Amino acid sequence: MLLAILSGFLIAICLLFLGKQLKGNLPLAVSILPITLFVYFCTFLPGIGEGQTFFQHIPWIPSMGIHLDFKLDGLSLLFSLLITGIGSLVFLYSSSYLKGHIYIGRFYGYLCVFMASMLGVVLSDNLLVLFVFWELTAISSFFLIGFNNDNEASRKSSLLAWAITGGGGFFLMAGFILIGNVSGTYSLQEMLSSSELLKSHFLYAIMLFLIFAGAFTKSAQFPFHFWLPGAMKAPTPVSAYLHSATMVKAGIYLIARFTPILGNHPYWNNTLLIVGGITMVYGAFHSIFRIDLKGILAYSTISALGILVFLLGIGTHDALLAASVFILVHAFYKAGLFLIAGVIDHETGTRDVSQLAGLRKVMAPLAIAGGLAALSSAGIPLTLSFVSKDLIYEATLNSGNSALLFTLIAILTNIFLSYSGYLAGIKPFVGSLPAKFSEVHLPSGFMWLPPLFLGLGGLLFGLFPSLLDSSLIQPVIHAMGANDTVVSLKLWHGFNTVLMLSALTIVCGIILYLILKPSLKRLNAIGKLDSFSPQTIFMSLAKGTKFIALRYTKFMHNGFLRSYLTKIIFFLVCLIGYYLIRNVDIQLYTDKHTAISMYEAIVFSIMIVAIFTIVFSPSRFVAIISLSVMGYCMCLFFVYYGAPDLAMTQFTIDTLTTVLFVLVLLKLPPYLRIKDKAAQVRDGFLAGAFGILISVIALQVLNEPTNKNISRFYADNAYLLGKGKNVVNVILVDFRGYDTLVEITVLTIAAIGVYSMLKIQSSEIE
Amino acid sequence: MTSNFIILPLLLHMATAIVLMFLWKRITAQRIISVISNIVILIVGILLFMQTWKTGIITMQAGNWPAPFGITFVADVFSSTMVLFTSISALAVSIYSTVGINRARMKYGYFPIFHFLFMGLNGAFLTGDVFNLYVWFEIVIISSFVLMTLGGKKPQMESAIKYVAMNMLASVIFLTAIAILYGLTGSLNMADLSIKIAQIENRGLVNITGLLFFIGFGIKSAVFPLYYWLPSSYHTPPSAIAAIFGGLLTKVGIYALFRFFTLIFIPNEFITTAFSLIAVATLITGALGSIIKRDMRRMFSYLIVCHIGFMIAGLGLFTEVALAGALFYLFHDIIVKTNLFLVSGIIYRIKGTMNMPKLGGLYAEYPKLSLIMAIVFFSLVGIPPLSGFWPKINLFQAGFFGGNYLLIVAMIIASFVTLYVIAKMWTEAFWKTAPPLDPDEKAYIDGFTVLRPFSKLLLVFPVVMLMMVSLYIGFGAENIMVISKHIAAQMMDTSPYIKAVLGNEALNIQ
Repeated sequence: MLLAILSGFLIAICLLFLGKQLKGNLPLAVSILPITLFVYFCTFLPGIGEGQTFFQHIPWIPSMGIHLDFKLDGLSLLFSLLITGIGSLVFLYSSSYLKGHIYIGRFYGYLCVFMASMLGVVLSDNLLVLFVFWELTAISSFFLIGFNNDNEASRKSSLLAWAITGGGGFFLMAGFILIGNVSGTYSLQEMLSSSELLKSHFLYAIMLFLIFAGAFTKSAQFPFHFWLPGAMKAPTPVSAYLHSATMVKAGIYLIARFTPILGNHPYWNNTLLIVGGITMVYGAFHSIFRIDLKGILAYSTISALGILVFLLGIGTHDALLAASVFILVHAFYKAGLFLIAGVIDHETGTRDVSQLAGLRKVMAPLAIAGGLAALSSAGIPLTLSFVSKDLIYEATLNSGNSALLFTLIAILTNIFLSYSGYLAGIKPFVGSLPAKFSEVHLPSGFMWLPPLFLGLGGLLFGLFPSLLDSSLIQPVIHAMGANDTVVSLKLWHGFNTVLMLSALTIVCGIILYLILKPSLKRLNAIGKLDSFSPQTIFMSLAKGTKFIALRYTKFMHNGFLRSYLTKIIFFLVCLIGYYLIRNVDIQLYTDKHTAISMYEAIVFSIMIVAIFTIVFSPSRFVAIISLSVMGYCMCLFFVYYGAPDLAMTQFTIDTLTTVLFVLVLLKLPPYLRIKDKAAQVRDGFLAGAFGILISVIALQVLNEPTNKNISRFYADNAYLLGKGKNVVNVILVDFRGYDTLVEITVLTIAAIGVYSMLKIQSSEIE
Repeated sequence: MTSNFIILPLLLHMATAIVLMFLWKRITAQRIISVISNIVILIVGILLFMQTWKTGIITMQAGNWPAPFGITFVADVFSSTMVLFTSISALAVSIYSTVGINRARMKYGYFPIFHFLFMGLNGAFLTGDVFNLYVWFEIVIISSFVLMTLGGKKPQMESAIKYVAMNMLASVIFLTAIAILYGLTGSLNMADLSIKIAQIENRGLVNITGLLFFIGFGIKSAVFPLYYWLPSSYHTPPSAIAAIFGGLLTKVGIYALFRFFTLIFIPNEFITTAFSLIAVATLITGALGSIIKRDMRRMFSYLIVCHIGFMIAGLGLFTEVALAGALFYLFHDIIVKTNLFLVSGIIYRIKGTMNMPKLGGLYAEYPKLSLIMAIVFFSLVGIPPLSGFWPKINLFQAGFFGGNYLLIVAMIIASFVTLYVIAKMWTEAFWKTAPPLDPDEKAYIDGFTVLRPFSKLLLVFPVVMLMMVSLYIGFGAENIMVISKHIAAQMMDTSPYIKAVLGNEALNIQ
């Protein structure tokens, strides 16, 4: 299984870096990859049907509990087959759709990354590995949506899509880690036994919030759905593959995967029911107003994803069964409809459904595919979708207290969906052919065969649903925790309520189709609701954040050095002053200290004068000179305390740094004095507080008993071991010689700096 | 174990700098010697790391004065890993500089000062003495200041002044803290301090000293609300210099914070809470700043601030898992941030601007280079399985474990904003078609295409090299995590460090 995933990445890397070599029919050759993988996964069907699961374990980062654990059970297999199966068709289709495109190599590269990552998502048993692949699908989606990157709308949509799914991704990551923390493992398999522990944990609600944030953003649930219509800027095969059949179902996969672990709890079920319910109605309702083929399909996809979430929310075995069949059905007909829309767009240059008509005359096989897909979407008998629709109604009818409500909204959604199915699959082909489309002709078989194939597949499984039940669907719902259910799919259930409801849906859908004609006017009418749409709200939130960011950053980082220094000192005084007052018993004794001598007093007075000169001088130059007076006074203290060498060093350093300073300052704009009296008082107060604070701390330290071990060692051994009579000198050049070495180096660097700044000609700098 | 070998990483830089000073103006020789020297130092760094990994902590008592009387150099796994990653960055930047730095700067001492700077960094990582650390910091400040001003014009001067003023303030606070510490304990040796500080009864005063150190190092690490120098100064110097700054200057502050607050001052609840809050504020401040910047390098500067928050978060959570995560992040960050500025340098050379609205078309013009840059950006964002992803797991784990939800929210926001701004930058600089020039603007001639192939290689190779290291950190995360965990364990139990410096008896005396 690892090889199955890695192969995609390896081929992708080759394609991305050698993409230019991919010309002529070579793109077609890339399709061998998904086809091979599809066959490979098909070989697991018998084993999975017998209830086996397949494991692969490769240690990766054992110290974090992260292993490349892959597990293939029914649920994984269903998705793997979809990914590689639809993938094969999309790969073949794209070779013709993007024939001659200069970046076709790049395109296939992204597509391979996506396929491999998506397989990784559904095969990983380790949550964090799953997350790795999860994020990789988001990136490949980003690159694919933005494939036509010179188009601004494409760039915006891809950014939006990544922002929403990526943002959700971080929540998901937090959720995975929290669940891992609580259950003590990242393995989904092992987590099954911690189900009760997790559900009774006091952070259970947080876990759900985090997991759902990830799943709902990815699977375009209300109110995060709005990235999906934007994602339609991607080339159509990408929309078919990522944004309808597979990637957007990753969230569904995740919820299904967690059903036996976190599911069957009121929080879980109710959240899914509410979000899924809103999404399915909202998406379906919006889909009937669109006139862009891909827009219709995008909203109906949102609705379908809502149905899936809703079914998982019901959570009964019936509902899980309905969900698993619907995943398959939806992939069949929706991918088909997308591919058809792609052909129409490719050949006629428009996707406006109010203009498209009569294309059956020029593209008969495509019309058949469209018809099949539309019928499938409506759930007409003999298609697999009919079976699925029955199952959905059965699930809602048997869902307990709210059965009536659930059934009603399911019917409503299905009516809208069948309408939009007709619109996308039938409308473009019926009626009379407008003159401008008379030149349109059928493209290469690689483009019309895949949708036809999907349509026929839906029909085949519809006629013989037993092909699927025990071999694929039963293991799927077993993986979701319904261990003892025996699945037997039938086309015909007899005359019962469910059948009535199905019939009602179909009839209403047809009536709706006959009454409502797609038009720009209605699109504009629904457009008026946009100001309340989640997208608008999100966008204004983003705008607000940006505004705050601007204000805040300007406030904090306003360009004035003095303001920065003020803030730093203010922080220091607050933090340390607070701690000092709270935790230290302040005692100010001076009796232990020696008296101040004459020399000290004089030097000290000079320093005071210098300080005031610095503070009040109108000239920057004078201030710097006074500053160096301060430095020299310090040197005098060193001399006084018997360290002439140190004083000499200090003299040199002070002189050099002053020169350096002056040189730099000459290049600066003139000195600005703060006129604001209040600011001056504030700064003076702050400076005073800082000085007092440090003095108090210093006095406190002097009260502490001192440990003189080390200084005594120096005094005792300076002459004996260091062969020097001046202890300070011995410390400088011997005991702590490295400090002096480094200080000398500092001096050297400063000297180089001064020299270069004086010498370097500005003409030499370009 | 004692060995003089451990100060080789700093002595070699010093020796190189001295040799280079004698080759003043002979810039070809300077370039070659600098690169060779960095290769040698990298090899030494690798050997040093392997030795500390195998045999444990190595010490060197300078002048053979026994600790705590002389200056002790200590190479534990933390130090040697820092030296190793620094040496990798140094090599990359030195190769890049051979083309990326203009000749005037090279003629006036760029390379000698470059080596002095790295001498300072390695010295700071290897010293076991508080005051000695201070003098290494001095080297770092003065050499970075000279590098910034070298051949600089007004904008460089202005930012250099801000840089040096705030860093001097940091040094003054650091020095004051040392004085107080010496007054309390009478010692400067870190291992000795570790023992002596624990014995002092006036805990209030001890913690105040710790907080003073925190502010000193916090300014250097650019944490909230002390970060101002960083966004003020990183966008003006040439990219090679900005790369050193971006990769390493803040990290030496982080290193010191980790060293001090695990070895000497064991944080109490007040301090860890303060760290957590500061981490949150740093993450948010950096994130907010990066949203609004239209200049690529200014945006990167704010991202540096933002990501410092992840490392401080590790200190705030203060568990072994969190520290390991923060260390992992530190190592990842050194490489990726250095690379980020090298990448921006190449973009600047191609386009002549860093202003994102004016950029565009890079993906079409340089598809392969763009993909390499994309990997760098994605490592930064922490797209799994690249290097920035793994440490976050540890930090999240520790955050949940300690119930620090505020920190988790801040980390999510910071990660999200990083993703968003980088993705946005990608769409603008790489995807968008370059906008037409204003009528009064001179057309910029691509300064990259005109280079000789070898010069191009010298610019691109360092980026690829660092990208490979980032990829290794990502895909070989196990190794990095094992190292980080080892260091974190040594931080929680410092007795091996103390024993290595002061001998086995030191711990028994008390």
